[in-house]
Amino acid sequence: MPLMNASEQKRLAERYLEEIRELATEPFTIMEVCGTHTVAIAKSGLRSLLPANVHLISGPGCPVCVTANSDIDRFLYLAAQPGIITATFGDMLRVPGSRQSLAGLRSEGADVRIVYSTLDALELARRHPAQEVVFLGVGFETTAPTVALAVEKAQAAGLANFSVLAMHKLVPPALRVLAEDPELHVDAFLDPGHACAVIGTIPIEFMASEYGKPGVVAGFEALDILEAILMLLRQRQEGRAAIEIQYARVVKREGNRAAQAAIARVFEPRDAVWRGIGAIPESGLGIRREFADWDAANKFSLPEFDAGEIPGCRCGDILRGRINPHACPLFASRCTPVQPIGPCMVSSEGTCAAYYRYAGPQR
Amino acid sequence: MCLAIPAKVTAIDGMLATVDMMGNEKVVGIDLVPEVRIGDYVLVHAGFAIEVLDEEVAKETEELFWEGANAINERE
Amino acid sequence: MDKITMAHGSGGRLTHQLIRSVLQKQLGNAYLDQMNDAAVVPAGERIAVTTDSFVISPLFFRGGDIGKLAVCGTVNDLAVSGAMPRFLALGLILEEGLALADLERIIASVADAARKAGVQVVTGDTKVVERGNADKVFINTTGIGLLRPGEPVGPKRIRPGDAVLINGTIGDHGIAVLSEREGLEFQTPVASDCAPLNGLVDQFFGPGVKCMRDPTRGGVATTLNELALQAGVSIVIDEEALPVSPGVEGACGMLGLDPLYLANEGKVLAIVAPEAEETVLAKMLNHPFGRQARRIGTVTADEPGLVLLQTALGAKRIVGMLEGEHLPRIC
Repeated sequence: MPLMNASEQKRLAERYLEEIRELATEPFTIMEVCGTHTVAIAKSGLRSLLPANVHLISGPGCPVCVTANSDIDRFLYLAAQPGIITATFGDMLRVPGSRQSLAGLRSEGADVRIVYSTLDALELARRHPAQEVVFLGVGFETTAPTVALAVEKAQAAGLANFSVLAMHKLVPPALRVLAEDPELHVDAFLDPGHACAVIGTIPIEFMASEYGKPGVVAGFEALDILEAILMLLRQRQEGRAAIEIQYARVVKREGNRAAQAAIARVFEPRDAVWRGIGAIPESGLGIRREFADWDAANKFSLPEFDAGEIPGCRCGDILRGRINPHACPLFASRCTPVQPIGPCMVSSEGTCAAYYRYAGPQR
Repeated sequence: MCLAIPAKVTAIDGMLATVDMMGNEKVVGIDLVPEVRIGDYVLVHAGFAIEVLDEEVAKETEELFWEGANAINERE
Repeated sequence: MDKITMAHGSGGRLTHQLIRSVLQKQLGNAYLDQMNDAAVVPAGERIAVTTDSFVISPLFFRGGDIGKLAVCGTVNDLAVSGAMPRFLALGLILEEGLALADLERIIASVADAARKAGVQVVTGDTKVVERGNADKVFINTTGIGLLRPGEPVGPKRIRPGDAVLINGTIGDHGIAVLSEREGLEFQTPVASDCAPLNGLVDQFFGPGVKCMRDPTRGGVATTLNELALQAGVSIVIDEEALPVSPGVEGACGMLGLDPLYLANEGKVLAIVAPEAEETVLAKMLNHPFGRQARRIGTVTADEPGLVLLQTALGAKRIVGMLEGEHLPRIC
């Protein structure tokens, strides 16, 4: 929508909220599946403006937080080797493996560098030719193209001391797992604005056509999210289920073809384990054989680690919208923001982290 | 996964572009938006432009920036 | 000799030469020149004393360097405690191999900052450690200040209804330093706000000023959380009133950071009685370090111990303390 000054924004928000209130005659649960939406909703304080009947819950939307223990243990093993520089997005630093996180390993002497972009990681490799730079490839389809391009650029430049450990996750298979759940207590979905900028809406249309779940691809400003919620309520009222685009200034139905092509050239789908959920077939990305020299999993012999999920962790149920944090035996006792166990607490705005901050461990 | 912000393209050199984000300058990859031109606004995620934003949005983004900048500057 | 060596730290001739030619030359004053084991200075019956160590990297950044920071950080801790800074002790730990020119530049900054703040470096210590055992330079400054007469400032005086004021834009120092970090480099117009605040505090201080803090590491959010807990009150921040420069906003947008959690080195939060707000604000605005001063929040009794943010749309949410490091993100 057009950008406006503060009072215009307030007026528009009030109009949206008025209609939301009118339409929210029955309970309506909306799940968002993008970590950035989780944070945006928390920061905008929208829940305090919405009527009680409208519930916003967080799904498995943080691709970093759903990185499995076994994957983390694998890259920690690599990061601890001499001569390795681990380059990573900041998000990954504090995610715990079965024993510690990358931050913990760094305090023990591992060379870990935070980068903003894969281009910065490539630059690290150029500046430190005597060392191996391993980039941790995490993120959904929004980020995967940038990692694919880095691999191609490394190949084109003959940069032998650069590789990627691919741990990307894909949005559509996760949505399907949610939709297949007979106990799913979710009426509609807030779809990820930037992941859909890349993949478009065609790969997620099955949510409406096969499962009857409405979805709206939303932007990240408070007004974007409010408008998207309104669009979902309207669909319910009209008895429709479709995938609509609120974030039209960025998202097209067919997505970004160049980005999709980059992913397809470098990666191929493979099975992946999601922390708190378990294995989801074809929900991850692996690097194709022709780029084997830039695939850290191929270049270095890495042991396989056990899934090692902590007994008692109920993130899976929380991420599926079945229960809330207080029902988890580990919440606020063994699992806290400082020492998180599951993705719901690892994500700084995850369901459990947000509950902990608001309600406090005692309340 | 989705953190991205609008930025204005101020220079292009092959597959790299210099973009301006409210006064901050960063060199980003434009492999995913090869049609981009100087003056366009792009959406930048993790050091790459992933979309070109349409002109109307671009203009309004620029206006908003100057409004914000003036609000601070007028007090100097 | 253009590099610091272990011999410079041995206490012998080289040490003396270093102290004379670099430290005394730039910092010299009646106290320091006596070169005794301890400086004897005039002070009242009760004094304020504070200490801070500075380990920042890079050493030099837009708007300042570790030397300027070492003076301002300690001066500001004294100023916000209601004391008038007077004397500093300067402890240096130098890494073997440090360029002498860098040390001279840093000490020049210390001297300049001390002059501007009206404080004197009266004593110091210099040690050299082997390569790898320090990150070029570590500085510790201990500061002594004279207490003002009258009721001391502190969280115990904070009451619901008090206004939360700040003297200018937030997040500048954090972004200026971050922009130079390898792996995140970007060109930015943002410069560190590093500045000595005692002159500003002298200007606006009065009985209506109940408590002051300088929001350094952890940002305004962490400092206000500390105050809310210590005073047993809640604080509501008005998001629209937060002064954030466009450069900081753009950098935060790019890196996924929140200005509320970024470090500041030239900012003071003042909790002020409602009847004194207008006067204090006018005095802040009148000072070079207070040109963008404004009220950013209110103390309330609603949710003791919590800091809340009222958004532009009128929603309310909790602003927690910083958990772990404030890191750039893509998610």
